[in-house]
Amino acid sequence: MSDLPASKFPHTPPRQSWTFSQAVNAEIRRAAETGIYDIRGAGAKRRLPHFDDLLFLGASISRYPLEGYREKCETKVVLGGRFAKHPITLDIPITIAGMSFGSLSGPAKEGLGRGASLAGTSTTTGDGGMTEEERGHSTKLVYQYLPSRYGMNPDDLRRADAIELVVGQGAKPGGGGMLLGQKISDRVAAMRSLPKGIDQRSACRHPDWTGPDDMEIKILEIREITDWEKPIYVKIGGARPYYDTALAVKAGADVVVLDGMQGGTAATQEVFIENVGQPILACIPQAVKALQDLGMHRTVQLIVSGGIRTGADVAKALALGADAVSIGTAALVAMGDNDPALEAEYNKLGTTAGAYDDWHEGQDPAGITTQDPELAARFDPINAGRRLRNYLKVLTLEAQTIARACGKSHVHNLEPEDLVALTVEAAAMAGVPLAGTNWIPGKTGF
Amino acid sequence: MQTFDIASQGLRALNSTLHALKDRPTNQTEWEILNPKGAHAIAVGVDAPLDITVRGSTGYYCGGMNKQATIRVQGSAGPGVAENMMSGSVIIDGDASQYAGATGRGGLLVIKGNASSRCGISMKGIDIVVHGNIGHMSAFMAQTGNLVVLGSAGDALGDSLYEARLFVRGSVKSLGADCIEKPMRPEHLDLLADLLARSEASEKARPEEFRRYGSARKLYNFNIDNASAY
Repeated sequence: MSDLPASKFPHTPPRQSWTFSQAVNAEIRRAAETGIYDIRGAGAKRRLPHFDDLLFLGASISRYPLEGYREKCETKVVLGGRFAKHPITLDIPITIAGMSFGSLSGPAKEGLGRGASLAGTSTTTGDGGMTEEERGHSTKLVYQYLPSRYGMNPDDLRRADAIELVVGQGAKPGGGGMLLGQKISDRVAAMRSLPKGIDQRSACRHPDWTGPDDMEIKILEIREITDWEKPIYVKIGGARPYYDTALAVKAGADVVVLDGMQGGTAATQEVFIENVGQPILACIPQAVKALQDLGMHRTVQLIVSGGIRTGADVAKALALGADAVSIGTAALVAMGDNDPALEAEYNKLGTTAGAYDDWHEGQDPAGITTQDPELAARFDPINAGRRLRNYLKVLTLEAQTIARACGKSHVHNLEPEDLVALTVEAAAMAGVPLAGTNWIPGKTGF
Repeated sequence: MQTFDIASQGLRALNSTLHALKDRPTNQTEWEILNPKGAHAIAVGVDAPLDITVRGSTGYYCGGMNKQATIRVQGSAGPGVAENMMSGSVIIDGDASQYAGATGRGGLLVIKGNASSRCGISMKGIDIVVHGNIGHMSAFMAQTGNLVVLGSAGDALGDSLYEARLFVRGSVKSLGADCIEKPMRPEHLDLLADLLARSEASEKARPEEFRRYGSARKLYNFNIDNASAY
């Protein structure tokens, strides 16, 4: 027994529950008050096994490096050579992912086009059709063929450089979308053949085909309409990457675009974003295996996306077998999204720079995820294009730096043997050894 | 009349030949297509004022994304006939499978027989006239345009409808979420008379025999109190 009086007993400090954290409790209270789930933009925010959990080995006695600033390290990528008469050649292995006009402002789409074109790569339309801002400023434009078919027409199909049949998206495999009424301006409404101001639902599956056999016929139709000129991509979310990749190849895809759960969305339920789909790290080896099993690796190209931020991420994705990567969220950040310079305005919206994700509400102080003319006018597409070009250039230089250090004269020569993993989880997912061991969980004994 | 035999010349040559007539003055405006034998993607992406007759039944997506042309199928049509049509017309003498006229943005689709499920799904301005019956979930998320059915409609007609107008002469098995019957006004009778005349149906039905269905517009903006409707 203690000799101290009870009032002098040391206190057990208050202990917050890991399970019922303050954030969890806040969400319970929000749900209890409003009766509606939380909707937001962007991709999964939870900590996930990612490229950060991989390291390159670099050169050693048995591998010799290439001289930085002197010896060539190629970055060109040719997409669509399987069936298309006119494949696309990109100068860099980084493309801009599909983002809709409607979700983004017209000037933001122009900025993406300018930046991508300056960097020698492609940009991609999104739900809502093709805008002149984007077509006019994109030397290479991929036209998405989406379930909603908003704005779909044969003339735009023919003036696209490639067509991307969208089956799924990493942030919400199996989910459609909703563009809330406050972002439906006259122009957005006209492009989508719907009234102004109503919530516009984007369907979760295509209206005129179901399953892989139908998809093969749909691809045939699109090829016939475009006289077999355009590369046809098939975009899938990170759900069942092995089988989805195999089915896309069987259906006749030239290119498979694979989006992990860190990939962004304009607006989806938080519960969906955080709990459906797989991280991109887990998806790439499965898709590559499907291509290899079919003898189609490098014949059908693989573009991966979802959480690409640095040239190291680019290099790691390529080392795992991808042909190129796509960026969406990072491109928006490069153009000014979530910039701390706008902190006071983010605070007024009840958030802070870096955390702003209510893209569906159309109040973006950076003028990117909005249709408000005054906010959109803040955005300078020329300067944003320059910034995006610079960022793409840095990603490329960084990937080249790593590739040279691994002795590769083309970034595509990077391979899983150049990598080790820092965690057991990442080793198992990526199919590379745990650092300091020869152990690949699920493949080799410890 | 130009004759094209798919059996001997192939699908690719057919569409390529028809596409070559875009923006080019030609006297070769009448075409007949032989031996379709259920082939997919027949006469897709045509963009010229041609008169095309397909002598037999077609597979998926016949007349897909049509602009300007009049395409008649002397048989039945597979799924997605005239999908995303922009203008012109497609006439099916027989029946049509699922998704007839899906996402169509203009022009006129006439089906002399019956149409299967999801006829007019996500339609965006096309006019569709079905002389027979239509299957379930027809006009799902239909945005704009007119769907006229001389026969009856299956379950869940017009589910999650936007601004498209639906006219049914026979029975409707059930209405989908947010689809209601609406009063027929004089302008609707005029519209019907015109559509019936243009779809070779004037002698089969009179505008006064139809009932009109449209959106209640209750699901236009998300409201948690409507969650049970989905």
